[in-house]
Amino acid sequence: MSDTSDQEQIVAEAKKFAAEEIRPFAADFEEQAAIPKDLIDKMAQKGYLSASFPKEWGGLGLDPVYYGLLTEEIGKACASTRGLITVHTSLVGEAIVRWGSREQKEKWLPLMTSGKKIACFALTEPLVGTDARSVQTTYRKEGAKYIINGSKKWITCGCIADYFLVVAGGEKGIGAFLVEREFGGITTTPIKGLLAGRAAHIAEIEFEDVEVPAENIIGKEGSGFTYVVNTALDHGRYSIAWGGIGIAGEALDNMVTYSRQRSQFGRKLYKHQLIQGIIGDAVTKTHAGRALCLRAGEMRRDGHPDAVMETTIAKYFTSKIAMEITIDAVQVHGGNGCYNRYPVERLFREAKILEIIEGTSQVQQEIISSFGLRRYYRV
Amino acid sequence: MELKDKIRKFIENNLVVFEDEAEFEDSDNIFEMGFVNSLFAMKLVNYIESEMGIQVANDDLEISNFNSVDRIAEFINTKGGGAPSQ
Ligand SMILES: Cc1cc2nc3c(=O)[nH]c(=O)nc-3n(C[C@H](O)[C@H](O)[C@H](O)COP(=O)(O)OP(=O)(O)OC[C@H]3O[C@@H](n4cnc5c(N)ncnc54)[C@H](O)[C@@H]3O)c2cc1C
Repeated sequence: MSDTSDQEQIVAEAKKFAAEEIRPFAADFEEQAAIPKDLIDKMAQKGYLSASFPKEWGGLGLDPVYYGLLTEEIGKACASTRGLITVHTSLVGEAIVRWGSREQKEKWLPLMTSGKKIACFALTEPLVGTDARSVQTTYRKEGAKYIINGSKKWITCGCIADYFLVVAGGEKGIGAFLVEREFGGITTTPIKGLLAGRAAHIAEIEFEDVEVPAENIIGKEGSGFTYVVNTALDHGRYSIAWGGIGIAGEALDNMVTYSRQRSQFGRKLYKHQLIQGIIGDAVTKTHAGRALCLRAGEMRRDGHPDAVMETTIAKYFTSKIAMEITIDAVQVHGGNGCYNRYPVERLFREAKILEIIEGTSQVQQEIISSFGLRRYYRV
Repeated sequence: MELKDKIRKFIENNLVVFEDEAEFEDSDNIFEMGFVNSLFAMKLVNYIESEMGIQVANDDLEISNFNSVDRIAEFINTKGGGAPSQ
């Protein structure tokens, strides 16, 4: 792991990078429906595609707290770009770091670090979302290969991915397979007409008799969901928690700035007490969410047994307040808030996605409630 | 604390059913009984690694290694861990 001042420096540089290379173009990325290849290459050079990986694998070796702060900076500038690191680094990369064999790590991680290979996480299907253990994509073993068949939907970065971490069911239960595009039999189709994530290369994917070498299974047949998918989703939720704070913070910046610049009734907007109420709430929620994310990060860093739960709570909370604050930021902007020349219009749409991905808010509520019903029981 | 007691305590702290509904023997399969969920499996691995000082590798990823107090204790002993920390 890098020492603290190095890590602070990396996050400060990421903030500058986001300000120069990402934020000014976020609306264009949406319009072009693409995070440009050039940006992905620059991010790879800076180490942002592997910021949390141990240095041994070419990563920046950021601990969870600093990796979270870096995710926040990228997510503040552009949610689709943050989506790339959520799936490539947090979901797929961290699952390999945790459960890949030495050979798998040696083969895949350096290519993911350098950005030569982009990875996506293929769990959701047209008919299977929240009930993820019921995936209909199948694997079957034939000699030294697995044959994979099925469809996946809403897969972030699916259009540009070289590696697909595919969750499929078979004889021994659910398995997680690192499927390479060059194996053939894979068709990716961009999904158009999305509310948000429009630049995130979201795809529908067909796997037709894809032949996957046996050594590409991560973990074991039957333990793919329990260990590999759960590990990936835990890292994904952590990333989304910080993504939520990124959106909330960006909306707050825009709300405050606008309220100090625009006047009505001969007074700046912020002078109206009802606007002050909105701003006061937005500041409070953002600080609270950030504190939760930092706490979850520290618990992850320290291997605290409740780290998974705190991460879930942080994800649920920040996605919710990102939605609330972006709704208010649009309100403070009035008509301009409904116009895509103003970032709050995009932030408002992006926030909604966070309440749906990596486990919907309803699922988080159930998990948190189940935890609370025991933890806080007094007789 | 004995190894099995520590494991039992960890399981009890992570049940998805209420304490009074969760009576189990050391040999009972806690997953099949519905006392824990799949998030528990991951937390258990983290716990074993941080508390018992052993590394769980991808080859060890069989639910059967972790589905009862007895099996978990056996796994930890085979891996040479388990020195109680208190
Ligand atoms: C922009 C975007 C990017 C995405 N990227 C990826 C990706 O990279 N990889 C991937 O695998 N997936 C991805 N997804 C899919 C996403 O994870 C799913 O949309 C999500 O898990 C919800 O599944 P669903 O859409 O099928 O909704 P459903 O599961 O059908 O849920 C519909 C509604 O029912 C509720 N519901 C369902 N079950 C319960 C329950 N038991 N109790 C209470 N309420 C319940 C839900 O909360 C929700 O409100 C992405 C989605 C979007 C929109």
